[in-house]
Amino acid sequence: MSPALSVRPFGAAAALVEVADAASALALSLWLRERIAAVDIVPAASTVLIDGCTAADVHAVVGHWTGESDTVTGRLVEIPVVYDGPDLPSLAGRLDLSVAGLVAQHTAIEHVVAFCGFAPGFGYLQGSPWDVPRLASPRARVEPGSVGLAGTWTGVYPSASPGGWQLIGRTDVALWDPTRESPALLAPGTRVRFRAVDRLEGER
Amino acid sequence: MTLTVVEVAGLVTVQDAGRPGYAHLGVPRAGWLDEPAALLANRLVGNDASAAVLEVTLGTLSLRADSPVWVAITGAPCTVSIDGQAVAFSEAARVPAGAVLRLGAPPSGVRTYAAAAGGFAVDPVLGSRSTDTLAWVGPPVVAPGQTLPLGEAAGELHPLDTPRPPTPAALRLLPGPRADWFAGDPVALLVGAKWSVGAASNRVGLRLEGPALRRAPAYDGRELASEGMVLGAVQVPPSGQPVVFLADHPVTGGYPVAAVVHPDDLWMCAQLRPGETVRFSRV
Repeated sequence: MSPALSVRPFGAAAALVEVADAASALALSLWLRERIAAVDIVPAASTVLIDGCTAADVHAVVGHWTGESDTVTGRLVEIPVVYDGPDLPSLAGRLDLSVAGLVAQHTAIEHVVAFCGFAPGFGYLQGSPWDVPRLASPRARVEPGSVGLAGTWTGVYPSASPGGWQLIGRTDVALWDPTRESPALLAPGTRVRFRAVDRLEGER
Repeated sequence: MTLTVVEVAGLVTVQDAGRPGYAHLGVPRAGWLDEPAALLANRLVGNDASAAVLEVTLGTLSLRADSPVWVAITGAPCTVSIDGQAVAFSEAARVPAGAVLRLGAPPSGVRTYAAAAGGFAVDPVLGSRSTDTLAWVGPPVVAPGQTLPLGEAAGELHPLDTPRPPTPAALRLLPGPRADWFAGDPVALLVGAKWSVGAASNRVGLRLEGPALRRAPAYDGRELASEGMVLGAVQVPPSGQPVVFLADHPVTGGYPVAAVVHPDDLWMCAQLRPGETVRFSRV
């Protein structure tokens, strides 16, 4: 067990495992899925919640984790994006890049969904090399399909909501569709590539 | 078999045991808040424990039956009538074809449950018919004019059943994961004070008002990276006023959790009215 790990009891039948970072949280959560009978295993920025078993059970299993992940090859999803977000020019300037340069880098990265949250279908995608501040005043409404950056994360808004992420583009891919067999397009471990397009399907 | 919604006041939703197991996708569990009441209603009409019921929040509800159906009303006690004739609360009653079942507003408690033989058979989402009021997963809120389908009535009626669990003197608390964030043992602080139920309480959380829980100096002003949350988690935002997370709670939260309400006492959180007093005890 890595020395950074600590197991904190969370009520009678859950425990929170603290790890170094989001990548470790993802790796541990995927590793645990095959090894522990829990109701929910929820990775986050630097923790994994295991809901539905005791802290002692969690401790016994987590003790065998050496930091590896045996399911690093998640499904690959391609998301077409029109890079015309309202924050794109100012963000590129802040990062000392041209707009085309930012788009080229963003589309070259293979992102990985570290964890989900905020709304059903919203994934926190890891991979971007930048650390982007949130907007000083969040927008009252961000359109569904908006692609944004905040901190080191990329995210795609599954539904309209207020939001403080810097918007760089938009997609028409349905991140959340309750009529699908798997309503969420993105799950922890899903790999994502963004593809720059001039227009989305149905646009002329 | 259907029931048509004639009149609704207050929040009325379809609820079953919820959809745990999808928190890693950002999907709240949802489900009935007063589980013993909902399970009792299902048993009274011979339903499986998994059948969906209606949860009526501090309101009234009238339903017209298109064919005869057995119903049972439990939870926050209210007047129940069928075509104007009073029937007993917490007992199975037969609604004739064309008759209107009416639930009055509860004088005490918050949430009343209506079960119908066969269960409310709206389309499930991720295996559950529950409406989640945080992310709006599941069926829409029950509204006048809506026709609610019923499943096949299969089981036997249970005219008498076990009583509700006794009302706990105090909600029992288990330790939370972030006790070190607080100035002193947060369970002791919660147990030692009297709390009042806040008006903004809902299916997401029971909001409590009382003496603010202060942060330990080392954690003052510090931000907690969002982490997974459980049902019954007592989360403490910077105001120091605790929130007990109920079924529609967000799957992750960014404030420290001081304690966790014992699962067997959570049903009481569903029935506490704004302004009522809450006390805690240590398990």
